[in-house]
Amino acid sequence: MSESFTSKPTSRRAFLRGTAAMAAGAVAAGSAKAATPDPLITEVQDWASGLGDGVDATPYGLPIEFESDVIRRNVEWLTADTISSINFTPIHALDGTITPQGCAFERHHSGAIELAKADYRLMINGMVETPLVFTYEDLERFPRENHVYFCECAANTGMEWAGAQLNGAQFTHGMIHNMEYTGIPLRTLLEEAGYDTAGTWVYVEGADASSNGRSIPMEKALDDVLVAFKANGEALRKEHGYPVRLVVPGWEGNMWVKWLRRIEVTDGPVESREETSKYTDVLEDGIARKWTWAMDAKSVVTSPSPQAPITHGHGPLVITGLAWSGRGAITRVDVSKDGGKTWETARLAKPGEKMALTRFYLDTEWSGEEMLLQSRAMDDTGYVQPTKAQLREVRGENSIYHNNCIQTWWVRETGEAENVEVS
Amino acid sequence: MSKYLKATATAVSLSLIAAPGFAEKLGLGRAALPEEIAAWDLDVSPDGTGLPVGSGDVLTGEELFSDSCAACHGEFAEGVGNWPKLAGGDDTLADKDPVKTVGSYWPYLSTTWDYVNRSMPFGAAQTLETDEVYAIVAYILYSNDLVDEDFVLSNENFSDIVLPNADGFIVDNRLEAESHFWNAEPCMENCKDSVEITMRAMVLDVTPEEEASAAEPEATEEVVEVAVVVEETAVAALDAELVAAGEKVFKKCKACHQIGEGAKNKTGPLLTGIVGKAAGSIEGFKYSKALMAMTEDGLVWDEDNLSAFLAKPKAFMKGTKMGFAGLKKDEDLSAIIAYLASNGE
Repeated sequence: MSESFTSKPTSRRAFLRGTAAMAAGAVAAGSAKAATPDPLITEVQDWASGLGDGVDATPYGLPIEFESDVIRRNVEWLTADTISSINFTPIHALDGTITPQGCAFERHHSGAIELAKADYRLMINGMVETPLVFTYEDLERFPRENHVYFCECAANTGMEWAGAQLNGAQFTHGMIHNMEYTGIPLRTLLEEAGYDTAGTWVYVEGADASSNGRSIPMEKALDDVLVAFKANGEALRKEHGYPVRLVVPGWEGNMWVKWLRRIEVTDGPVESREETSKYTDVLEDGIARKWTWAMDAKSVVTSPSPQAPITHGHGPLVITGLAWSGRGAITRVDVSKDGGKTWETARLAKPGEKMALTRFYLDTEWSGEEMLLQSRAMDDTGYVQPTKAQLREVRGENSIYHNNCIQTWWVRETGEAENVEVS
Repeated sequence: MSKYLKATATAVSLSLIAAPGFAEKLGLGRAALPEEIAAWDLDVSPDGTGLPVGSGDVLTGEELFSDSCAACHGEFAEGVGNWPKLAGGDDTLADKDPVKTVGSYWPYLSTTWDYVNRSMPFGAAQTLETDEVYAIVAYILYSNDLVDEDFVLSNENFSDIVLPNADGFIVDNRLEAESHFWNAEPCMENCKDSVEITMRAMVLDVTPEEEASAAEPEATEEVVEVAVVVEETAVAALDAELVAAGEKVFKKCKACHQIGEGAKNKTGPLLTGIVGKAAGSIEGFKYSKALMAMTEDGLVWDEDNLSAFLAKPKAFMKGTKMGFAGLKKDEDLSAIIAYLASNGE
């Protein structure tokens, strides 16, 4: 704790340490009684006297400058370049459950392309009565639905299999976002083309150079898959597949094909590059699981966490985080402060919804003691989020994908937090 | 793909009873034309469905691979840096860090063919001819010691090839293998005797550092001002629209090249200040022998040379490592050069 807040921070972490130092100061000064009047109250401030911006100062509003650190971040060493890469949602700095599009993680295989609505075409072919081509306008004429779903990359937390690696909830758990989608059930389009009931799969692909094709069993395609064109009320962002993407509730993000251009009804899986060489999970004996589509129940404490240390004094503390399950709705989240010896049940902000993020809170007291913070999610199928040791016992350390283990943050007396593994 | 023509015919007769597929229709969209389906329906399945007629041999493939793939995947498909390795890794799947290549991991050859055909080369997808795809796939097999150098891959012998790890996959068995995670009544108290920290992320220290911090603006601002002045003089003669058009064209280059402030060497050298610079002079970049030979002869990247190189890289410089087919349009060439010129040092 050598850095003071006034020295030039050289890194994010130095900055965090600085913030924590300030918190320690606050413990002494901050109490129910103020020593001197607060000039922010006793003196007339500029904003209380002069004028602010007029309307239209920003025709499309962006977050205020003070929030400029709430941004997506990339881990450069992870991939060869940024064109075929991923970045991370700043979940440590968000609350509620809806992820703003502007900071929702991106994953591209051949870069985010610019595809205008006027140039957009969607084809349905294969085992159908009439192969069809739709324009964007055509899609807007089908009855549409609204649903909130999380989209989690199968590789979320993938860097943590072999040990605690990245210091921040954004980096360990930020390959996720949660939006309200407006779209057409895929079923509607399949019916419009007259799908052959002997077709047991659909193959979906994007318009970008990678095409990112995936095979989806017909049962899922007819169940809850959406062909979506709006997110959180507005058009999809370029980086999320504008103008049209697929939404495959509860299943790994790679299947949520962006810039969706073709749906083919088939009687077998295509076994594309994405569903064989990638997004398959190598077990300890070298045998790999394939078709591991569902994202198992998972949770993480987003604050306090390494990027969101405790900066206030002792007393009331809000511990909060996110929980989700690709198999159903979250029913309960437990929080442990002692690395899993004892648990208490957190408060859900709202009852869990199917395949959507659930926000949990533990409103507690903190008197500067060290904590080993963990959260444990349960869903309505009876699944309980496992520890990393339990997962390794079944899968080894080479799976890359589908790491839904319980996360531990070591919170120090200073309020700083670090990503650790515990026995 | 086309095997479904038969299936579709059957479907029509089934349709009378198969209600779910034929619910109320809105009559939206239009029938897809056969040419349109042929243009987009390119996927190839493990049984070879969708594979077009054609063939290609290992040696032709080696040359194509060297031109179009080796910049990222290495001359022997061994991979460059973080780019995918396509060869090697035999018997490593149960090791601590498995090497997952076409030879060691991929279950089906159709996947390789399909991916090369539709999505490669990176930044120039769908530019390879059918026979070229066969040849490249033949070379990838060769680089994995799966065929001899006189091997010719074709649609006829395609299904004879069985990749080593074809049987290395099982269908998701989490419901059975992990059924103990569905235990509904987790422990709440006295769940462990003791808790020890066994690993810390700080020890590994691989979390990205935050770059410039808001708290230290003074010094950097001055530097930026100077840079802006220099750039303005240099750019004065350039057509802003052409530069903007060039920035768009540069998207084709971005996969391998960086330019501007903070640019680094990637698969290709950084291009800041390239116009007017002696060829082969970017520090720390490993150039091809072909380029170094031309450098010794005094090659300078003036507008004419750049234009000729970018129009037909391999004609201008036989043996260049740059796996780029070239810019066909003159307006793209003048735009890209304007953009490169606007990014002076």
